[in-house]
Amino acid sequence: MAARVQSRAFDPGAELSRFTAGVAGAGAVVSFTGVVRDVAPGMVAMEIEHYPAMTLRAIEAMIAEAVARFGLTGAEVVHRHGRLEPGAVIMMVLTAAPHRQAAFQGAEFLMDWLKSRAPFWKKEITRDGAAWVAAKDDDEDALARW
Amino acid sequence: MDVLYFAWLRERIGVGSEHVETAAATVRDLVAELRGREERYAVAFSDLRTVRVALDQELADFDAPLAGVREVAFFPPMTGG
Repeated sequence: MAARVQSRAFDPGAELSRFTAGVAGAGAVVSFTGVVRDVAPGMVAMEIEHYPAMTLRAIEAMIAEAVARFGLTGAEVVHRHGRLEPGAVIMMVLTAAPHRQAAFQGAEFLMDWLKSRAPFWKKEITRDGAAWVAAKDDDEDALARW
Repeated sequence: MDVLYFAWLRERIGVGSEHVETAAATVRDLVAELRGREERYAVAFSDLRTVRVALDQELADFDAPLAGVREVAFFPPMTGG
Protein backbone atom coordinates (compact mmCIF):
# COMPACT_ATOMS: atom_id res chain seq x y z
CA MET A 1 0.00 0.00 0.00
CA ALA A 2 1.97 2.98 -1.14
CA ALA A 3 1.73 6.38 -2.68
CA ARG A 4 4.48 8.06 -4.69
CA VAL A 5 4.63 11.59 -6.01
CA GLN A 6 7.51 12.38 -8.33
CA SER A 7 8.55 14.64 -11.18
CA ARG A 8 10.45 11.98 -13.10
CA ALA A 9 8.81 9.82 -15.73
CA PHE A 10 7.91 6.21 -14.98
CA ASP A 11 7.16 3.15 -17.08
CA PRO A 12 3.57 1.97 -16.46
CA GLY A 13 4.41 -1.53 -17.74
CA ALA A 14 7.29 -1.90 -15.31
CA GLU A 15 5.10 -0.62 -12.46
CA LEU A 16 2.38 -3.13 -13.30
CA SER A 17 4.86 -6.04 -13.45
CA ARG A 18 6.45 -5.08 -10.14
CA PHE A 19 3.07 -4.59 -8.45
CA THR A 20 1.71 -7.88 -9.77
CA ALA A 21 4.79 -9.76 -8.55
CA GLY A 22 4.26 -8.25 -5.09
CA VAL A 23 0.65 -9.33 -4.69
CA ALA A 24 1.08 -13.03 -5.37
CA GLY A 25 -2.12 -14.84 -4.47
CA ALA A 26 -4.45 -12.04 -5.61
CA GLY A 27 -6.82 -13.26 -8.28
CA ALA A 28 -7.27 -9.86 -9.85
CA VAL A 29 -5.01 -6.90 -10.59
CA VAL A 30 -6.42 -3.72 -12.13
CA SER A 31 -4.39 -0.76 -13.33
CA PHE A 32 -5.39 2.65 -14.62
CA THR A 33 -2.93 4.91 -16.42
CA GLY A 34 -3.68 8.62 -16.93
CA VAL A 35 -2.07 10.29 -19.95
CA VAL A 36 -1.79 14.01 -20.82
CA ARG A 37 -4.38 14.70 -23.51
CA ASP A 38 -3.75 17.01 -26.41
CA VAL A 39 -7.05 18.83 -25.96
CA ALA A 40 -6.40 22.55 -25.98
CA PRO A 41 -5.60 24.04 -29.39
CA GLY A 42 -1.86 24.65 -29.63
CA MET A 43 -1.21 22.81 -26.42
CA VAL A 44 2.48 22.60 -25.56
CA ALA A 45 2.51 21.10 -22.07
CA MET A 46 0.67 20.51 -18.83
CA GLU A 47 2.14 21.80 -15.59
CA ILE A 48 1.08 20.09 -12.40
CA GLU A 49 1.50 21.86 -9.09
CA HIS A 50 0.92 20.13 -5.77
CA TYR A 51 1.04 20.72 -2.01
CA PRO A 52 3.97 18.55 -0.95
CA ALA A 53 3.23 18.46 2.78
CA MET A 54 -0.35 17.31 2.13
CA THR A 55 -0.25 15.22 -1.04
CA LEU A 56 1.13 11.93 0.25
CA ARG A 57 -0.95 11.85 3.41
CA ALA A 58 -4.11 12.68 1.45
CA ILE A 59 -3.44 9.86 -1.03
CA GLU A 60 -2.44 7.43 1.71
CA ALA A 61 -5.73 8.12 3.50
CA MET A 62 -7.63 7.39 0.26
CA ILE A 63 -5.69 4.15 -0.20
CA ALA A 64 -6.44 3.06 3.37
CA GLU A 65 -10.14 3.78 2.79
CA ALA A 66 -10.16 1.85 -0.50
CA VAL A 67 -8.39 -1.14 1.08
CA ALA A 68 -10.84 -1.24 3.98
CA ARG A 69 -13.93 -0.72 1.85
CA PHE A 70 -13.22 -3.19 -0.95
CA GLY A 71 -10.99 -5.69 0.81
CA LEU A 72 -8.03 -4.94 -1.47
CA THR A 73 -4.89 -6.99 -0.93
CA GLY A 74 -2.76 -4.30 -2.55
CA ALA A 75 -3.14 -0.70 -3.73
CA GLU A 76 -0.69 1.87 -5.07
CA VAL A 77 -0.83 5.32 -6.59
CA VAL A 78 1.97 6.98 -8.57
CA HIS A 79 1.38 10.63 -9.55
CA ARG A 80 3.73 12.98 -11.35
CA HIS A 81 4.09 16.72 -10.90
CA GLY A 82 5.92 19.38 -12.86
CA ARG A 83 5.91 19.88 -16.62
CA LEU A 84 4.50 17.09 -18.80
CA GLU A 85 4.08 17.01 -22.55
CA PRO A 86 1.04 15.62 -24.40
CA GLY A 87 1.21 11.84 -24.44
CA ALA A 88 3.18 11.67 -21.18
CA VAL A 89 1.96 9.41 -18.40
CA ILE A 90 0.66 11.55 -15.50
CA MET A 91 -0.42 8.97 -13.01
CA MET A 92 -1.26 5.38 -12.31
CA VAL A 93 -3.53 3.53 -9.91
CA LEU A 94 -2.96 -0.17 -9.18
CA THR A 95 -5.24 -2.41 -7.13
CA ALA A 96 -5.25 -6.08 -6.26
CA ALA A 97 -8.02 -8.18 -4.75
CA PRO A 98 -9.16 -11.80 -4.59
CA HIS A 99 -11.76 -11.10 -7.31
CA ARG A 100 -12.09 -8.63 -10.17
CA GLN A 101 -15.09 -6.65 -8.94
CA ALA A 102 -13.29 -5.41 -5.83
CA ALA A 103 -10.16 -4.58 -7.82
CA PHE A 104 -12.15 -2.59 -10.43
CA GLN A 105 -14.20 -0.78 -7.79
CA GLY A 106 -11.14 0.01 -5.70
CA ALA A 107 -9.42 1.54 -8.74
CA GLU A 108 -12.48 3.61 -9.65
CA PHE A 109 -12.90 4.79 -6.08
CA LEU A 110 -9.27 5.89 -5.94
CA MET A 111 -9.53 7.68 -9.31
CA ASP A 112 -12.67 9.56 -8.27
CA TRP A 113 -11.10 10.71 -5.02
CA LEU A 114 -7.75 11.60 -6.61
CA LYS A 115 -9.53 13.81 -9.15
CA SER A 116 -11.03 16.17 -6.63
CA ARG A 117 -9.50 15.50 -3.19
CA ALA A 118 -5.77 15.12 -3.81
CA PRO A 119 -4.03 18.51 -3.80
CA PHE A 120 -2.91 18.74 -7.43
CA TRP A 121 -3.64 21.59 -9.84
CA LYS A 122 -3.21 21.38 -13.59
CA LYS A 123 -2.25 24.25 -15.85
CA GLU A 124 -2.42 23.99 -19.63
CA ILE A 125 0.39 25.73 -21.46
CA THR A 126 -0.53 26.59 -25.04
CA ARG A 127 1.27 28.62 -27.71
CA ASP A 128 -0.96 31.55 -26.76
CA GLY A 129 -0.50 31.44 -23.02
CA ALA A 130 -1.42 29.43 -19.98
CA ALA A 131 -4.64 28.66 -18.12
CA TRP A 132 -5.50 26.72 -14.98
CA VAL A 133 -7.76 23.76 -15.62
CA ALA A 134 -11.13 24.28 -13.90
CA ALA A 135 -12.51 21.50 -11.73
CA LYS A 136 -15.49 19.77 -13.31
CA ASP A 137 -18.84 19.43 -11.55
CA ASP A 138 -18.90 15.84 -12.86
CA ASP A 139 -15.79 15.04 -10.86
CA GLU A 140 -17.39 16.36 -7.69
CA ASP A 141 -20.61 14.48 -8.45
CA ALA A 142 -18.64 11.27 -8.96
CA LEU A 143 -17.81 11.22 -5.25
CA ALA A 144 -21.48 11.03 -4.32
CA ARG A 145 -21.81 7.47 -5.61
CA TRP A 146 -19.36 6.19 -3.01
CA MET B 1 0.84 30.89 11.48
CA ASP B 2 2.05 30.04 8.01
CA VAL B 3 -0.38 30.76 5.19
CA LEU B 4 0.15 28.97 1.86
CA TYR B 5 -1.36 29.69 -1.53
CA PHE B 6 -1.48 27.38 -4.53
CA ALA B 7 -2.27 27.61 -8.26
CA TRP B 8 -4.10 30.81 -9.27
CA LEU B 9 -4.38 31.99 -5.67
CA ARG B 10 -0.58 31.95 -5.48
CA GLU B 11 -0.36 33.83 -8.77
CA ARG B 12 -2.93 36.48 -7.82
CA ILE B 13 -1.50 37.07 -4.36
CA GLY B 14 2.07 36.94 -5.64
CA VAL B 15 3.61 34.66 -2.99
CA GLY B 16 3.46 30.94 -2.27
CA SER B 17 3.62 31.31 1.50
CA GLU B 18 3.90 33.93 4.19
CA HIS B 19 3.85 34.21 7.95
CA VAL B 20 0.73 35.91 9.28
CA GLU B 21 0.20 37.18 12.81
CA THR B 22 -3.52 37.02 13.42
CA ALA B 23 -6.10 36.72 16.16
CA ALA B 24 -8.73 35.48 13.69
CA ALA B 25 -10.97 32.86 15.31
CA THR B 26 -12.02 31.07 12.13
CA VAL B 27 -10.86 30.66 8.54
CA ARG B 28 -13.62 33.05 7.47
CA ASP B 29 -12.28 35.70 9.88
CA LEU B 30 -8.77 35.22 8.51
CA VAL B 31 -10.03 35.64 4.94
CA ALA B 32 -11.83 38.86 5.93
CA GLU B 33 -8.62 40.13 7.50
CA LEU B 34 -6.55 39.29 4.41
CA ARG B 35 -9.13 40.87 2.09
CA GLY B 36 -8.87 44.11 4.03
CA ARG B 37 -5.09 44.23 3.68
CA GLU B 38 -4.53 44.84 -0.01
CA GLU B 39 -6.31 44.71 -3.33
CA ARG B 40 -4.52 41.52 -4.45
CA TYR B 41 -6.04 39.59 -1.52
CA ALA B 42 -9.47 41.11 -2.14
CA VAL B 43 -9.26 39.94 -5.76
CA ALA B 44 -8.02 36.44 -4.88
CA PHE B 45 -10.73 35.93 -2.25
CA SER B 46 -13.56 37.67 -4.12
CA ASP B 47 -15.54 34.44 -4.58
CA LEU B 48 -15.06 31.85 -1.85
CA ARG B 49 -17.02 29.26 -3.82
CA THR B 50 -13.88 28.87 -5.92
CA VAL B 51 -11.54 28.52 -2.93
CA ARG B 52 -10.78 25.49 -0.77
CA VAL B 53 -8.90 25.45 2.52
CA ALA B 54 -6.75 22.98 4.43
CA LEU B 55 -5.71 23.34 8.08
CA ASP B 56 -2.47 21.55 8.96
CA GLN B 57 -2.78 19.61 5.68
CA GLU B 58 -6.36 18.42 6.26
CA LEU B 59 -9.28 19.75 4.20
CA ALA B 60 -11.51 22.00 6.29
CA ASP B 61 -14.35 24.47 5.86
CA PHE B 62 -14.45 28.22 6.26
CA ASP B 63 -16.12 28.06 9.66
CA ALA B 64 -13.38 25.86 11.13
CA PRO B 65 -11.62 27.34 14.18
CA LEU B 66 -7.96 28.37 13.86
CA ALA B 67 -6.97 27.73 17.49
CA GLY B 68 -3.79 25.64 17.54
CA VAL B 69 -3.47 25.59 13.75
CA ARG B 70 0.07 26.07 12.42
CA GLU B 71 -0.47 25.97 8.66
CA VAL B 72 -3.39 27.27 6.62
CA ALA B 73 -3.46 26.58 2.87
CA PHE B 74 -5.77 28.19 0.32
CA PHE B 75 -6.22 26.75 -3.16
CA PRO B 76 -8.72 26.28 -5.97
CA PRO B 77 -10.76 23.07 -6.31
CA MET B 78 -8.28 20.26 -6.97
CA THR B 79 -7.68 18.83 -10.43
CA GLY B 80 -5.65 15.67 -9.88
CA GLY B 81 -5.75 12.37 -11.67
